[in-house]
Amino acid sequence: MYTEKVMDHFEHPRNVGEIDNPSGMGTVGNAKCGDIMRIYLDIDENQIIRDVKFKTFGCGAAVATSSMATEMVKGKTVQEAMAVTNMAVCEALDGLPPVKVHCSLLAEEAIHAALWDYAKKNGLEIEGLKKPKSDIGEEEVEEEY
Amino acid sequence: MKQLIYLDNAATTQTRPEVVEAMLPYFTEYYGNPSSVYEFSGISKKAVSGARETIANALGAKANEIYFTAGGSESDNWALIATAEAYANKGKHIITSKIEHHAVLHTCEYLEKQGFEVTYLNVDENGVIKLEELKKAIRPDTILISIMFANNEIGTIEPIKEIGEIAKKHGILFHTDAVQSFGHVPINVDEYHIDMLSASAHKINGPKGIGFLYIRSGIKSRSFVHGGAQERKRRAGTENVPGIVGFGKATELAVAGMEERAKKESELRNYLMDRVMAEVPFTRINGHRKNRLSNNVNFAFQFIEGESLLIMLDMKGICGSSGSACTSGSLDPSHVLLSIGLPHEIAHGSLRLTLDERNTKEEMDYVVESIKEIVEKLRSMSPLYEDYIRHQAK
Repeated sequence: MYTEKVMDHFEHPRNVGEIDNPSGMGTVGNAKCGDIMRIYLDIDENQIIRDVKFKTFGCGAAVATSSMATEMVKGKTVQEAMAVTNMAVCEALDGLPPVKVHCSLLAEEAIHAALWDYAKKNGLEIEGLKKPKSDIGEEEVEEEY
Repeated sequence: MKQLIYLDNAATTQTRPEVVEAMLPYFTEYYGNPSSVYEFSGISKKAVSGARETIANALGAKANEIYFTAGGSESDNWALIATAEAYANKGKHIITSKIEHHAVLHTCEYLEKQGFEVTYLNVDENGVIKLEELKKAIRPDTILISIMFANNEIGTIEPIKEIGEIAKKHGILFHTDAVQSFGHVPINVDEYHIDMLSASAHKINGPKGIGFLYIRSGIKSRSFVHGGAQERKRRAGTENVPGIVGFGKATELAVAGMEERAKKESELRNYLMDRVMAEVPFTRINGHRKNRLSNNVNFAFQFIEGESLLIMLDMKGICGSSGSACTSGSLDPSHVLLSIGLPHEIAHGSLRLTLDERNTKEEMDYVVESIKEIVEKLRSMSPLYEDYIRHQAK
C-alpha cells in the first residue's frame, strides 16, 4: 500500500522530538479525523532553520510526511521553507495512496503554523504566509475524496 | 517469509486441510450439475443435501430451511430486502442496532430510500442492546427486527433469546446476523425464536464465497436471485457444490470441537488480555468482559493511532485489525466503537485481535512484548501523549 520511501520514513522517522524554547511551534489537525501534527522550529538570526522536530499522532502516511517535511525544511531559510508544499512532500515520498493525500496537507499546514508562531513572536512578515487554521476541518479533508 | 502470527480470525480463517480434502473431488471428479437428470449428477446433488442436513442440524433447523448463498453479506441483503418487500403491505418499519455489520446497516439505508423507516437502537458501554429501548421502539407497523448475534469488532454477544421472545410476543420477524457466531457458540433457532439467520463458511475454517440464510418454514420471502429453480426457487444459480461441501465439512468440525475450542481460545485470550492490561498503561478493553466471543479481544490504547500500530505489528509478523479511520477507508473511526461511547481519539487507537485454538502461549508472549514496544514508541512520538505528560507535571 505504501512506497518504500514512505515505509522507510515511517519505520525510521527523522527529527522526532521536542525543542526547548523553540523559535516557533505549530500544532494542526484534529483527533476526530485521527491526525495531529506538531512542529518545533529553531531559527537563527539569519532566518535559517537550524533545527526542526516533530510529533505526530496519526497513520503511517501522517508519520512519514511529517518526517519527510522536517528533512526538507532543515537548513533552509524561512522563505525556502515556504516552498515545501504538500505536493513536494508527496513527490519526495514517491507518492501516497489517494485516500492519504490529505495527510501531506497536514505537514505543510504544521510548518506554516510553526512559521506563523515564529513571525508573530518576532514581529516579522513572511511573504506568502497566511494565518494558519489551528484545526484542519473536515471540509478540507473531504476535498480529497 | 518471516514467522506469521495470524490474529485476525474474525476477518477470515484458514481453510482447514480436511475441508479442502473434502471439497477437491467435487472440482475434478464429481463436477456434475446437481440439477441434471443423469446418475453422475446425482453424486453432486447428494453431496449438497448432505451438507444442508449437517448445517440444519447444527441449528436445530430443518434441511429445507437452509438456503445457500455466496456469503454473509448476500444473506443479510436477502433477509432484509426480501422480507421488507414481502411484508410491506403489513408495515414499513424495521428495527436494527447501531453496531450492525455494514451488510445490514447499508441495506437498511437502501431500504430507507425505498420508503421504509428504520430505528437504529443504541447499545450500552459494553455494546449490549437495551431491551427496554427495543420494546419501546416496536410499533404496529414494525415488520422486522434484525440484531446481530455477536459483534464482529468488540465480540459482545447480544441477548438473542430475549430479543427473540420480544419479537415473537409482538408477532414480528426476527433476523440475526450470526456470521461471527455460527459454529463458535451453540445456536438453536427454536429456543432463541430466530426466524432468519445469516452465516458464512470462511469464518469457521471453511472456504470463502459460500454462506447460507436460514429462513423458518412458513415465512414469506421473495427470491433474491431470479432464474433457475435452485434452492427451492428462492435463490437461482448453479450450486457452488465444492463450496457447499466445504461448508458442510467445516460445520461438522466446528460443532464437534466447539466446547473444547472455546475453552482453549478463551484461556489464551484471557492470558493475552490480562498481560496487556497489566503491562501497558492507558489501555482499555472494548466489549463485554464476560459475554463475548471466546477468541476476541479489542483494546484501545490511548494517545496512539491504530493504523501505525497495525503496520508496526505487521513488521513483526503479527496480523491484527483496527477500527481507526485510516484502516476503515473513511474519515471516521469504527461506528461500533463510537456507539459504545468512545471519544474519537481513543477509537482511533483500537486494536482487535481474534485468535485461533492453535495459537500458543509463546505466541501471546511475543505479541505482548511487541505491543509494549510499539505502543511505547508511538507514544513517544505522539503530541497527545506529550500534552498529557505536560498537563500531569503541572
